[in-house]
Amino acid sequence: MLEIQTPEAVMFWVLAPLSGIAALGMLLVKKAVHSALLLAWVMVTLAIFYIAQDALFLGIVQIVVYTGAVMMLFLFILMLVGVDASDSLTETIAGLRPIAITAAVGFGGLFVALISRAALGREAVGLQAANANGNVQGLAQKLFSTYVWPFEVVSALLITAALGAMVLAHHQRSVARPTQRQQSIARFRSGSLAGAAGLPSPGVFARHNAVDVPALLPDGSAAPTSISATLKARGDMLESRSFELGEVDNTVTEEK
Amino acid sequence: MTTSTSLGYLIALPLAGSIILLLAGRKADKWGHLLATALSASSFGLGLYQLSQMLALEPEERGFTQKLFSWISVGTFNVDAGLLLDQLSICFVLLITGVGTLIHIYSISYMSHDRDRRRFFAYLNLFIAAMLLLVLGDSYLNLYVGWEGVGLASYLLIGFWNQKPAYATASKKAFVMNRIGDMGLSFAIMIAFATLGTVTFAGVKEASESASTATLTGIGIMLLIAAAGKSAQFPLQAWLGDAMAGPTPVSALIHAATMVTAGVYLITRSNFIFDAAPTAQLLVVIVGAVTLIFGALIGTAKDDIKKALAASTMSQIGYMTLAAGLGPAGYAIAIMHLLTHGFFKAGMFLGAGSVMHGMKDQVNMRRYGALGKFMPITFVTFGLGYLAIIGVPPFAGFYSKDLIIETAFNAGGVKGILLGSMTLFGAILTAFYMTRVMVLTFTSPERWEEDQHPHESPILMWLPMVVLAIGSVTTGYLFTRGDALVHWLEPVFGEHGEHTELLPHKVVSALAITAVIIGASIALVKYQFTEVDAEAPTKVSILTRLARKDLLQDSFNESVFMRPGQVLTRWLVKGDDNVVDGTVRLVGRTALGAGAELRRTQTGFARSYSALILIGALVLIAGIWVITQ
Amino acid sequence: MNPYNYLYLAALLFTIGAVGVVVRRNAIVVFMCIELMLNAANLTLVTFSRINGTLDGQVVAFFTMVVAACEVVVGLAIIVTIYRSRRSASVDDASLLKR
Repeated sequence: MLEIQTPEAVMFWVLAPLSGIAALGMLLVKKAVHSALLLAWVMVTLAIFYIAQDALFLGIVQIVVYTGAVMMLFLFILMLVGVDASDSLTETIAGLRPIAITAAVGFGGLFVALISRAALGREAVGLQAANANGNVQGLAQKLFSTYVWPFEVVSALLITAALGAMVLAHHQRSVARPTQRQQSIARFRSGSLAGAAGLPSPGVFARHNAVDVPALLPDGSAAPTSISATLKARGDMLESRSFELGEVDNTVTEEK
Repeated sequence: MTTSTSLGYLIALPLAGSIILLLAGRKADKWGHLLATALSASSFGLGLYQLSQMLALEPEERGFTQKLFSWISVGTFNVDAGLLLDQLSICFVLLITGVGTLIHIYSISYMSHDRDRRRFFAYLNLFIAAMLLLVLGDSYLNLYVGWEGVGLASYLLIGFWNQKPAYATASKKAFVMNRIGDMGLSFAIMIAFATLGTVTFAGVKEASESASTATLTGIGIMLLIAAAGKSAQFPLQAWLGDAMAGPTPVSALIHAATMVTAGVYLITRSNFIFDAAPTAQLLVVIVGAVTLIFGALIGTAKDDIKKALAASTMSQIGYMTLAAGLGPAGYAIAIMHLLTHGFFKAGMFLGAGSVMHGMKDQVNMRRYGALGKFMPITFVTFGLGYLAIIGVPPFAGFYSKDLIIETAFNAGGVKGILLGSMTLFGAILTAFYMTRVMVLTFTSPERWEEDQHPHESPILMWLPMVVLAIGSVTTGYLFTRGDALVHWLEPVFGEHGEHTELLPHKVVSALAITAVIIGASIALVKYQFTEVDAEAPTKVSILTRLARKDLLQDSFNESVFMRPGQVLTRWLVKGDDNVVDGTVRLVGRTALGAGAELRRTQTGFARSYSALILIGALVLIAGIWVITQ
Repeated sequence: MNPYNYLYLAALLFTIGAVGVVVRRNAIVVFMCIELMLNAANLTLVTFSRINGTLDGQVVAFFTMVVAACEVVVGLAIIVTIYRSRRSASVDDASLLKR
């Protein structure tokens, strides 16, 4: 017979509403990055629930894999695709929002009704016995005996997924990569001879190694190509003048 | 009744000829007509042979039967394809094959310019075969097969020159009106089977002795309708005039001598039914009497020689029908008139064909005249037929028509006097219109159109006419000498029975001859001694106008049957278009409409699809909830 | 407290995820809502595992996690590819089948 102790109850009643609000927020916020962060919060909460329910291994895996790997992957993609891209929240397809909300509310209501009426015909047992040798050992026991076949299949799936991602990300060249000779010819044939000798390698004109401080050209102006276009577009480029040294004080002070 | 093995050949020979000629196609054009004529002649020879066999037997045993094969065997309904040749059938067999062969010979020459001559002979042979089957069948059902066959042959032959739409329509009209008669025969067979359980002549004869009068009256009336349709009797006579659209040999064979007599054959063959159903018999008499006057009246006003002869045929068959409705006393007399009529009417039709041949297919008698000088053989043969039909002794028609008039008077009472007077009046009219035809064509001054060069016909045409003329002259005497034909047919029809003689035989003859003289003189005065207009006069009496319009039968048929029928068909077509087709189109429209509506779910947006999936999942869960309640 | 409370929470999270899939237009946010739904399912599995006293629920939840990870990988690769060629990450713009 399972007796849920008060600490767990308290933890539940604090964290559950929070995770609900976080989920709702994920739905409603405009910027995608905010949605990602709220989702990460929900996942962490769930990890805490797993641990509270004696699913120790699973709770840690939730944090490591889900929150750690999957959400980071999401954030990376958001970065690639455009952190800026925020949707307007107005609906373009007529009538979709009311339908969706009604359906979902009905859906949820039905779920709740079904769960509350469910008579499982057995008492809640708790995992004391199953975790007798430890949660990891118990899981391993199950995994390598009863569930070995799904285990193998899922590992094959993982490999396939990795391969699939590589294939999708592969950029097939349609024209051959221009050789050094071709690039050189192109440089001389372009409008001006300014770039004839090629661009300076990174850091040639750098005064500072900060990402958002541009390098200075010989005439003192900022070199436009020394800073990421994204940063420039966002106006995060800083003036290098502010970092210039003043007069150098040549006096040597004694170390005391 | 002895079984014979050669009856089938009577039918098989011409039938084979027909099939060969139709299947061989143009290859048979050179010899097809000769083969057909030979086969028809061989059937005639076979018929003569059968007659000789019969003569060698006792009167009661003169009959041959042959079962060809077992045809229908369903439950209690068993009909064999069987043939019966008795004294009645042999008369018809010889008439059909004899006159048929003569007409085949005539057609070799008459149709020599037609490129479809082979097809014509194929149809002629088909007709012979079907008509033989009609008279040789041993049951009503076998007779019906032949009945339908002659109807088909008539349709094919009337519409032979179907390039002309009017001729094609005429053949259709004949076929449709015949169909009404055929329905009567079908019903008669159905009633016979339903009530009596059999359709063979012998079976029905036996069963009729114990059947109820109502049943027999019903069968009799249905048979009368059939006979009226096939023999062009009132009220189904309107097709005979239009049937003259066919080539003249066709008119001679089918619409004078043979097919139109099938009705009389049917009635006389069913004598046991009519003898037991007096009401039906009375109706037969009435139909015959009405038709004979009807046809005679129409014949007086027709200027087309073939239509005049057709009206005459209608009238003469009216005589036969009247005689057949007078009971045992009249059957043999009807058959006698039928046989003699076959000779002289066919002869006259062939003569008309000869005249048309010589006058470049002109049929308007008002454009004839003085042809006796230029076509002597035609004139003589036609004239002999004319004398026979009006009833001048000693030609054939005198004997047969005289006997009919006498039998009519002897029917007794008011009925007898009435019938006798009508037949006498018919005789006057017959004499009048036939004399009119003779005079207008042969003896009156010429009223030809431009460029006519009448000439005698070739030998193959006038030889059959001569043979038939000989028949017109001699057959009357031969049949009545010692009541030969009556005694010959006695085993079939039963005893004559005693009858009261209303008027002595000589008085009747005198009355008949007087009628002939009256009719002929009026016609002579009107047409021979007065000038005849080349165009038909328009200021004529009301009776003439009515007679020109076939006594309004066509108008009646059109207004009572045709126009309502057309309205009905139009309504049915509209109903079919709107209701039936409309329903089908509605199904299509519904499908399209439903498709158009359902297509609106295909928006192309992934989000609406996912919304649909959500709704679907909701429905599923709801379903589970409902089930687990 | 009733262990079934976790189930109610899972139902709630699942519903929110379902609405998000239908309503949001940014493909990556849609993806995140799908992840939310998967997590709700995982919570359900773990709760039942606890109620029944066996570890099967946890094993299945484990497998679900693995599969979700694979799915995220491939799905995001696809989104990136689409973004590269179409310059848009909106779900509504990928509607070439629209009539």
